Amino acid sequence: MKNIGPEPSKRGRQPTPDWASGLRRLYDSVVDEPLPDSFAKLLDDLDNADD
Amino acid sequence: MPMTDQQAAAGRSADSPKPDSPKVAPGTGVNAASFKRELTAVIPHLRAFARGLCGRPDVADDLVQEALLKAWAAQERFEPGTSMRAWTFVILRNAYLTDMRRNRFRADYDETVAERILVAPAGQEGPLHLSDMHRALLTLPAERREALLLVGAGGFSYEEAAAICQCAVGTIKSRVGRARATLTAMMEDGSIPRRAIGDVIAHDAIMEDLQISSNAAHERAEV
Repeated sequence: MKNIGPEPSKRGRQPTPDWASGLRRLYDSVVDEPLPDSFAKLLDDLDNADD
Repeated sequence: MPMTDQQAAAGRSADSPKPDSPKVAPGTGVNAASFKRELTAVIPHLRAFARGLCGRPDVADDLVQEALLKAWAAQERFEPGTSMRAWTFVILRNAYLTDMRRNRFRADYDETVAERILVAPAGQEGPLHLSDMHRALLTLPAERREALLLVGAGGFSYEEAAAICQCAVGTIKSRVGRARATLTAMMEDGSIPRRAIGDVIAHDAIMEDLQISSNAAHERAEV
């Protein structure tokens, strides 16, 4: 997924603190995790139940 | 007027009625397939948002599953062309708030998993670990935490975050500003809570904040 940088409006308010990139990494580290099969299975089950 | 996000937020909950008429017949043809595809694509983001909100990965994934079930049930309320991520975040957020009222997330922070996260993506910031980040984040009042997660981590604009949280843009800016100030102060003076202490602080802050947040959400529900 895309890593989206700080917005101009945020930069204008104060300098980007050191931890800001950590916050994005925290988020991105989860986005980049392999997706457990249970999620695809859940949607497949729901999909099949609709048929 | 950012209608797409407003509209996405309007369909914020599978539990609440939505005045607008459905645009997609559930379980039919191309639209159903495309809904499933789009929903699948946002799952990693839902997991990241949930993890940020409630700490423990297993609990967060349960929350995502719950949100997916609600999203599926409410799929006729999703308007094609609007942001699936924003729409599902609203659903996940509402599920989270509901679960919070049932105390599902009490003292549930998983330190070992967070420690694992911190060493994975190399850090150029020395002593700041992602687990520190996460613990500090979890001490914030819920509404500030979610605002910071949405804008500072999820990359949503203030407008989009406001639509998701059903509040004014100025409110989101204020919450993000306060959250940033708190975290910066924590990082600077080293007052990042350690382990279980953080859970207690976080839980107290969350519970204290929940009612306010919930009331505000209801007041804004018509926006």
